[in-house]
Amino acid sequence: MLIAVSLVFIFIRFSGDPAAALAPPDASQEVIDQYTEMLGLDKPLWLQYTNYLKGLIQGEFGYSLHTGRAVEDIFLERLPFTLNLGITAFFISLFCGVPLGFYAALNRGSNLDRVVMGFSVFAFAMPNFLFGLLMILIAALWFNAYLGGEAANVLFPAMTLGLASMGSFARFSRSSLLEVINAPYMYAAEARGILFHRRMLFHALPNAAIPLVTLIGLSLGGLIAGSVVTEQVFAWPGVGQLLVRSVATRDLAMVQFIVLSVSFTMVTANLLVDLLYLFIDPRIRVD
Amino acid sequence: MLRALKILKIFYLQFPLSVKLAALFVFLFLLFALFGQLITNYGFRETSLFDRLKPPGSSDYFLGTDSRGRDLLARLVVGSQITVIVAVVGTLIGAILGSLLGILAAATRGKTETVIVAAIDVQASLPIIVVALFLLAMFDNSFVLFLLLVGLNGWEIYARLMRGATLSAKEQGYVLAVRALGASPFRIYLIHILPNIFSIALVQFTINLPITILLETALSFLGLGVQPPLTSLGQIMSEGRDRLLTAWWLTLFPGAIIFFLALSISIIGDWLRDFLDPSIGKNL
Repeated sequence: MLIAVSLVFIFIRFSGDPAAALAPPDASQEVIDQYTEMLGLDKPLWLQYTNYLKGLIQGEFGYSLHTGRAVEDIFLERLPFTLNLGITAFFISLFCGVPLGFYAALNRGSNLDRVVMGFSVFAFAMPNFLFGLLMILIAALWFNAYLGGEAANVLFPAMTLGLASMGSFARFSRSSLLEVINAPYMYAAEARGILFHRRMLFHALPNAAIPLVTLIGLSLGGLIAGSVVTEQVFAWPGVGQLLVRSVATRDLAMVQFIVLSVSFTMVTANLLVDLLYLFIDPRIRVD
Repeated sequence: MLRALKILKIFYLQFPLSVKLAALFVFLFLLFALFGQLITNYGFRETSLFDRLKPPGSSDYFLGTDSRGRDLLARLVVGSQITVIVAVVGTLIGAILGSLLGILAAATRGKTETVIVAAIDVQASLPIIVVALFLLAMFDNSFVLFLLLVGLNGWEIYARLMRGATLSAKEQGYVLAVRALGASPFRIYLIHILPNIFSIALVQFTINLPITILLETALSFLGLGVQPPLTSLGQIMSEGRDRLLTAWWLTLFPGAIIFFLALSISIIGDWLRDFLDPSIGKNL
């Protein structure tokens, strides 16, 4: 986390003079100097760095260059929309992808298995902006409705966002269950005469689900990345759209805050996944 | 010559149907990008205000025109060229950078390795599109910067794979032998070890290529990638986005090319991985 924070600082400092970027293009040198002083850029570099860290710890993240409001306020306004979209997408992909994968593994080699595998390749190669546009087209032509920007119509954007992770969930859970099914203890259970359903539910599924925890942690990154594009396609007023807009207008403070929160979220999520592993898989505790 | 053809035929018979179709599509796509300019009479920047938003199949404009009367076919050809260049050069940058860093980490151990591994972890925890957007906000957008950004995509995977492979190759007999003969570290790692672990990077290259294509088109679609007057498939799509209902051809044609290209390359990549490393098995 400290590395990420420091990298952000280094990049901002070496990308040019923020005071000159902030001041109007035809501003005199005096005005630029004034901005420089206001932003603390006249101080030595190490002092700037410690001030920057101090600001982050005290919760002062700076002000948007365009609206002049505190960046965290704008961010928090947008966050519920992104959470709404992201969580819906996550559950759609989890509850469609994993059963599909398990079902394919149980019917290995059947036509259904091929369809599921085909779907996961399709989901991987489908750019989410194209899928989103197709969704809009379908909604407009068949349902005579324009689905965009309305909080109630979260379904289509969430399906767009969740498509890629649905494919990887299906693929991964299929291979993970296949691995478990052929394990010696499954044969032992069969030899003891345990019924098929009981064998699958209590012996195979818990073991096949363990690697999926890793994938859930990884899919968070995919969801964040995907939401940047999906929100733009559906005009969804979330953080992703804010990020794209801030990049286009070069609102550095805003971009910096969003990137820091994304990396904070990712680091926390990875930590949680590791802890969860300790909790659900006793084998790791022994090591 | 005849012998070579025979070997080629044996290989060809081994290919699954999906791989044949995928290779055929990639071949057609490359033909289109290279020689497509010959089947249209218009340049990709040539506007004609009398011929705006002509649907596909109109006389002269085989695939229609966009809102400024530019020939969509000509734009798709140039867009395909740019997309291929960005994807291949970008993936190459990532492959070379990542592989060299991975080999360097394994070769030096110690502090250099710690730094490289830490960098790998930071990169792995951040989605590449967020990193790319961050750097785009910091620096003025230019084609070279964009290439470098796209090149960052996936470097950490090469670095991790190559580091592991180099570490295990280091312990093998042939490396001990060349070392005993007094070869320099440069010679050991780049001339002896690299060719032996090259297939790992090659497989990762074909797996990464479609991801790079999707990253480039996504950034261009957001208006933050390839800038006009140049064009790419993603940028053509974003221009057609506002006219989705009235001029569907502006988004669907480039979208279909992107989709089928990414699909074909990933099918080839999956097959190549299974082919070169049978130990993974057919489960995956």
